[in-house]
Amino acid sequence: MSLAAAFDSGRFVVTSEVGPPKGTDVAAMLETAEVLAPHVDALNVTDNQAAVMRLSTLAACVHLTQAGHETVYQVTCRDRNRLALQSDLLGAASFGITNVLALTGDHVRVGDHREAKAVFDLESVQLLRVIQTLNAGTDMAGKELHGTPEFYAGAVVTPDSAPLAPQLAKFEKKVAAGARYFQTQAVYDLASFESFMRFARRFEVKVLAGIVVLRSARMASFMNANIPGITVPEGIVAELTASEDAASTGVQIAARFIRGAREMCDGIHIMAIGAEHLAPRVIGEAGLTREVPA
Amino acid sequence: MVVVTAKQLDEIVHMLAGRRRVLLLGCNTCAAVALAGGDREVETMIQALQLAISRRGMTVEFVGGVLQRQCEPEYVEAMDAEDIDAILSLGCGAGVAMLAAQTGIPVYPALDTLFIGAAQGLGSWRAECSACGSCVLGETAGICPVTRCAKGILNGPCGGVNDGECELGDRPCAWVEIHERLESQGRGASFAHENPPKDDSAGEMYQWDLSAKGGSR
Ligand code: SF4
Ligand code: SF4
Repeated sequence: MSLAAAFDSGRFVVTSEVGPPKGTDVAAMLETAEVLAPHVDALNVTDNQAAVMRLSTLAACVHLTQAGHETVYQVTCRDRNRLALQSDLLGAASFGITNVLALTGDHVRVGDHREAKAVFDLESVQLLRVIQTLNAGTDMAGKELHGTPEFYAGAVVTPDSAPLAPQLAKFEKKVAAGARYFQTQAVYDLASFESFMRFARRFEVKVLAGIVVLRSARMASFMNANIPGITVPEGIVAELTASEDAASTGVQIAARFIRGAREMCDGIHIMAIGAEHLAPRVIGEAGLTREVPA
Repeated sequence: MVVVTAKQLDEIVHMLAGRRRVLLLGCNTCAAVALAGGDREVETMIQALQLAISRRGMTVEFVGGVLQRQCEPEYVEAMDAEDIDAILSLGCGAGVAMLAAQTGIPVYPALDTLFIGAAQGLGSWRAECSACGSCVLGETAGICPVTRCAKGILNGPCGGVNDGECELGDRPCAWVEIHERLESQGRGASFAHENPPKDDSAGEMYQWDLSAKGGSR
């Protein structure tokens, strides 16, 4: 089932993430995909995540699609100008890849090729508009396309961004530019997520709550200190500190959040970041276990 | 103004190897204001170079001077470069280029040209404009998103903003500042305006002739 169809079916959608390898060996990526696939509706494929150079997302999506997976092709604006972005998007469509997540992307200065030229010829809002233009059968120059894509475009939002007002204003711009679904940055505080969802529900878009499974109190503190837009409440840090099996506690914390968020949003996006084996446990504990129909 | 800063002495010494008589030429406009190309900086650099050069067992004779503006031919033409076999320019890149084009002798840069900026306090400047050729400051409350947003985003903050700071950690988030100032001026609604992609060709103009303004091309 396509991601759009999964949303339309009214089910609580589950997506997760796989990162392309640094190198040509895609076996481990495909293995991870096999582990996740029975539990999710789609697999999100990161694009030189955190500005760390890896195998191309498009190639990874092709491998995954050929292995029978529903993918979400992440496209950032950091490394390609408008010609390259459009041509890669058309390339993806030619392989039957239709779900696209449009991002501006982390800056090259935070990655492993810090001296590279940061492109940013476009940014997320403009990229969404470009996707809409391609869907309508022309390129950015107004030239007609031979064969038109049918992208299902999504975007990201950071519900705990500080300050919040400009972030929400940008969310509205993304909706106007054609975003049909949103994936949020990791969220932990149900009350603050609920207030974000009250805002988001004013728009005709689907929202996936971002879940990052905490594996230790240290990880939680690290994220609080270093990852913009993520707030792990003190109570949760304390819970992890007191736990003898922090990874299991982290799974329970995530599952608890999901149960609470279930009536608020349209699904979850689990960013496993190196602990993909925990994702099925979270999904199970949250009571979402089910085989995804083909 | 154009904000500049002195290169490392080693790099300059390396460029001047084998030269006999070098003119150190300051520029009394931007570079002087940036405390990198005025009278005083020319004097100081001559002393520093003499020391560094003699330590290396080399001999180069230095003479000093300052032009009002290195980027204008009138000033360059009026300059005396008799018996000079190289010029070390304490001007911005445009000054170096003008000197090189006009004098016919090798010209070397003593400075690195950083950005078009404005003074923040004594000895401190901030980049304010990247000369993109199609200014949007009217919509962004006078804060340049091309220059002050690390990603040159035109439509609002990315997810990297951290309590109002940019994800790079070296600056406040331009889009948080734009949003604040628009709100404080009662122009919050204009934040919703979607800025289209920039025409990059506007920023790479090769030459600008005043006579072309309004005229046919
Ligand atoms: S928008 Fe362009 S012209 Fe205006 S300040 Fe920024 S870089 Fe300079
Ligand atoms: S944090 Fe703000 S200034 Fe920095 S890249 Fe993002 S939008 Fe631009």
